[in-house]
Amino acid sequence: MEYYLQLFINGLVVGGIYSLVALGFVVIYKATKVVNFAQGEMVMVGAYVCFGLTVQLSIPFVWAFFMTLGFSVVLGLLVERLALRPLIGEAHICVIMVTIGLSSVLKSIVQLIWGTQIRVYPEVLPSTPVMIAGLPVAPVYIAAFALSGVLFGLFTLFFKYSRMGIAMRATAHDQQAAQSMGIGIRGIFALSWCIACVVSTVGGVILGNINGINSHLGVLGLKVFPAVILGGLDSLLGAALGGLIIGVLENVCDGLAKDLLGLGGFRDVAAFVVLVVILMIKPYGLFGTEEIERV
Amino acid sequence: MHGKCGLFFESYRAEAAVFQTGFQRTCLGLFVALLLVCPLVLDSYLVSVLNLMCIAVIGAVSLNLLTGVCGQISLGHGAFIGVGAYAAAQATLHGVPFLAALLLGGGAAALVGMFFGVPSLRLKGIYLAIATLAAQLILEYVFLHWESVTGGSRGLMVDPPQLFGFAFDNERKMFYLLLAVAACALMVVTNVMRTRHGRAFVSIRDFYLSAEIAGVNLFGYKLAAFGLSSFLAGVAGGLWAHYTMFISAEQFNITLSISYLAMIIIGGLGSVVGSVMGAVFMTLLPEVLTASTRSLTGIFPDIGSQLVALREGVFGLVLMLFLIFEPEGLANRWRLIKAYWKLYPFAH
Repeated sequence: MEYYLQLFINGLVVGGIYSLVALGFVVIYKATKVVNFAQGEMVMVGAYVCFGLTVQLSIPFVWAFFMTLGFSVVLGLLVERLALRPLIGEAHICVIMVTIGLSSVLKSIVQLIWGTQIRVYPEVLPSTPVMIAGLPVAPVYIAAFALSGVLFGLFTLFFKYSRMGIAMRATAHDQQAAQSMGIGIRGIFALSWCIACVVSTVGGVILGNINGINSHLGVLGLKVFPAVILGGLDSLLGAALGGLIIGVLENVCDGLAKDLLGLGGFRDVAAFVVLVVILMIKPYGLFGTEEIERV
Repeated sequence: MHGKCGLFFESYRAEAAVFQTGFQRTCLGLFVALLLVCPLVLDSYLVSVLNLMCIAVIGAVSLNLLTGVCGQISLGHGAFIGVGAYAAAQATLHGVPFLAALLLGGGAAALVGMFFGVPSLRLKGIYLAIATLAAQLILEYVFLHWESVTGGSRGLMVDPPQLFGFAFDNERKMFYLLLAVAACALMVVTNVMRTRHGRAFVSIRDFYLSAEIAGVNLFGYKLAAFGLSSFLAGVAGGLWAHYTMFISAEQFNITLSISYLAMIIIGGLGSVVGSVMGAVFMTLLPEVLTASTRSLTGIFPDIGSQLVALREGVFGLVLMLFLIFEPEGLANRWRLIKAYWKLYPFAH
């Protein structure tokens, strides 16, 4: 039982990171209707840039972190301007493929600069575990979870009360109406890519502190799909919950599969089996907007 | 379909004909003759590249039927190819003759493809893309863990194909076999596109509601598209297994699916000629890249170790540049070039 509780807690932490990455995904999808297959690579680039700044240029972690955030804003702007804007209004498959191409390019740049071996961050937090409900939990896990929570709070407030956030929601709801009310759609698109890049970077830095990073980090981007489909493609709350649920589910399923069936590595597909089931039963997820078509 | 200057159709049959002029027929005949001579003059390495191209052509044209013609995005094509490869390999290992094994592989892939195509009735566009992505990852897991059939991570050894006692045991012999099957696949897809089914596929792609109102059975035709496309993919997989004589789970990962999607986008969605061009382009790209890095090792000594990363980056960059600057693909560019030269000195 204790084993499963441990798995549950691990799942929550991993789920927190999935939620962050899913948040970036949903922000982009809501505003621009682009399905971003490069989300995982954006996480990876952020993690590696922060690694390069702290370890290779030996800048203190906090400063390096903020510099990485600045870098990810620039990356988001560049990606939107160079790759996505020329494709506004093209078919789904073209937009999907351009983000896939982007993911290849980002992955290759990271590999060319940093190679493929695992890199480990310097320890920022103490490694002595804290006891929660009788189970040892590393402080970095707690920090990770807290940071995800804080970011979600901030973004909820941003979308609810700030002028930009309301403009983004208006654009997501109806592009033409928003445009005719004087909202600059291009600015909103750029902003949403910046936000997505920033939250992915935060996710990447957290992951780097937990496990270290390697060039396969981008696979994380695929795990986001079950999370956002479960939560609903265009719901922020859905992204948060979906990420957590998928994180817990895949860890617990992995444990169950190993105990009951003797199957190894089930973690990687558990989420996708769930995904297929959700798509069959409730394709618009828990909180997603159902598309109703009238003829 | 617009006829050329001075070319008038007097019946629908004439308009839908594969060859509208004798010139086209002659050109294709010459091209095939040229291909048939190729293995006699080229060295073994170049023939092996041609062989890979033939297999890629079959895979690309099958995906183009599903995605380009019927509009159903599939990110699971690599896994369907894998199903065909494993099924055909197991069949020949159990003593089934090669041709029958190839058809069995196609059939197995068609069944799996249709199973994962069932959600396509409810799901459209990106949702379907994500569902097929899930199919890809689940099948990858099966390939890796169903060890009694797939050999798991150790892989599976396969014998070279034998047809009526004749063994295709070198690159040159293989080429004729692969070329024949690729030609069959191209003929099948070209002709399907001219039939009632092909027109139904196109109408589903263009707007599914109009198609349904016009009497097209959406579910049936979508399933048919998944089935036929996966069947051809399975045949490609079976050929690949017998050509490389070794298959393992890593061959059929998501990268394969993505590279097939890239082929049909670079070649031109919904175009048979485009599929061929895309397949040729995407097979040549890594070979050219490898050759050029080899020639650059004098200047950058450690470039060889970066080859994998470089290849991936160039692939992504080419894909993005095509989407941004040439979204209609190579087939459209080829059409424009032909149109330009037809009226060359007197354009306008």
